Amino acid sequence: MMHKQAIIVGGGPAGLAAALRLREKGIEDILILEREKMLGGILRQCIHDGFGLTRFGESLSGPEYAQRFIDKVQEAGIECITDCTVLDISSDKIVTAASRNQGLLQIRADAVLLTMGCRERTRGALATPGTRPAGVYTAGVAQNYVNLQNIMVGHEVVILGSGDIGLIMARRMTLEGAHVKGVYEVQSYPNGLPRNIQQCLNDYNIPLHLSHTVVEIKGRERLTSVVVAACDERFRPIPGTEEEIPCDTLILSVGLIPENELSLAAGVNLDPRTRGAFVDENCQTEVPGIFAAGNVLHVHDLVDFVSLEAEALADNVAEYLKVGSLPACGLEVKAGANVGHVIPQRISGTRDFTLSLRVRQPLNGVSVVVRQGDQVILRRKMRKALPAEMIQLPIKAAKLTDNVDMEVYVE
Amino acid sequence: MKTTFTCIVCPNGCEVEAEYEGKKVLSVKGNLCPKGEAYVTQELVDPRRTIASSVRVTGGAMPLASVRLTNAIPKDRIFDVMKEINSITLPAPVRIGDVVIPNVLGLNSDVIVTKNIDVL
Repeated sequence: MMHKQAIIVGGGPAGLAAALRLREKGIEDILILEREKMLGGILRQCIHDGFGLTRFGESLSGPEYAQRFIDKVQEAGIECITDCTVLDISSDKIVTAASRNQGLLQIRADAVLLTMGCRERTRGALATPGTRPAGVYTAGVAQNYVNLQNIMVGHEVVILGSGDIGLIMARRMTLEGAHVKGVYEVQSYPNGLPRNIQQCLNDYNIPLHLSHTVVEIKGRERLTSVVVAACDERFRPIPGTEEEIPCDTLILSVGLIPENELSLAAGVNLDPRTRGAFVDENCQTEVPGIFAAGNVLHVHDLVDFVSLEAEALADNVAEYLKVGSLPACGLEVKAGANVGHVIPQRISGTRDFTLSLRVRQPLNGVSVVVRQGDQVILRRKMRKALPAEMIQLPIKAAKLTDNVDMEVYVE
Repeated sequence: MKTTFTCIVCPNGCEVEAEYEGKKVLSVKGNLCPKGEAYVTQELVDPRRTIASSVRVTGGAMPLASVRLTNAIPKDRIFDVMKEINSITLPAPVRIGDVVIPNVLGLNSDVIVTKNIDVL
């Protein structure tokens, strides 16, 4: 059987950054497996700018950001197989993949890096009543058609959900001559970043209707209208508030789900809160030698942070490959009051790490508190904290003890 | 006059509270960096934005090459610039950084390619 030191599943921003850092750390025997014909992942279709402000200090489009990593991966001569779908990963790290050029591949790896990214929630997840006409798209699918395939998806557009991709597509469709009638969000606050509300909606006079949802989809061959309604605080439509809006296109931007079917096959346990793997401070899953980073682990709002997380992961993978194991992480990190989830979920208490979290609802004038028992490890004051924004906190080993679980909460 | 602006310069998206008279900023607060004040000042006098779109490519591995502006343009000229971008078709290959339209409509901003497209 073929053998590799490290197999990277997915050649998007996380996989590319991890591959480069592994090579920098002296790991020679690396293979990237990518399902699409080209490297770059979802960045290929994210043609708007705003990428790379943290990492490169300039505002790049998605394809430019990706190409900087792709160029380096190619310069470094890191082996990639594109147009290659990974079918299975076993808990003893045998990766099975299918590719048109190379047929069925079975490769044993010392370490497997899960960097598969995420996918979109669809109409099925919302169970919206009505017919099943053409013209209902998730935001990323609409983005793929418009930005990669030169197919205009529609002209009279309603958007359900205020996630960032939906906001970006509201602007994109408007620039291409479509009429975006409004964005409807079931929550009482927007799900996207404030700057996208401004530059994608307000700039183009696109109304945002909070506490509203689509309650019916109409049309036989093609979508002809949707019915929207106001919702109460438990997201139940309020009878009598229905309004029918003629449209030929409904774009859904209602959340992203880490794509973890392969992780489950490998015996990796998932956290119901992140829908990604339980990981320790090394980004190692509960299966030794299998690691995860980027949107497959938890959905990020900025690609710059995906790259950073993947690089931190690669540092740990390099150590794992050289030493054969990583320090045990016996302490639990618990998500306390107002915290939706935390990454990592386990730590050693003996090393520096980056703590990532999201708050459950918009909060003003709060403090994020990290503690072990009575000992406050870190307290970070925040003027505002939004669920749309991931919070990252560097935690220093010098402040930690190695025998008390950690709790993270917002007060 | 008092207005709260959402700064769009970076993902922090600061809510900048600005006090101003006419187009003159008197005070700002809420911004984490000086770019927030510069943004509000610019926004009052002459709001500017960058845009991204795509142009058709013939003979390429993909039918479209993405493009963007190198500098922000006046907000009320966005659709004029879109019209210029939509009139362009490029032969493959194209490379990141290729200038598609120099100084578009005299607005001191170039339209540049942001994706490599090889010949099919």
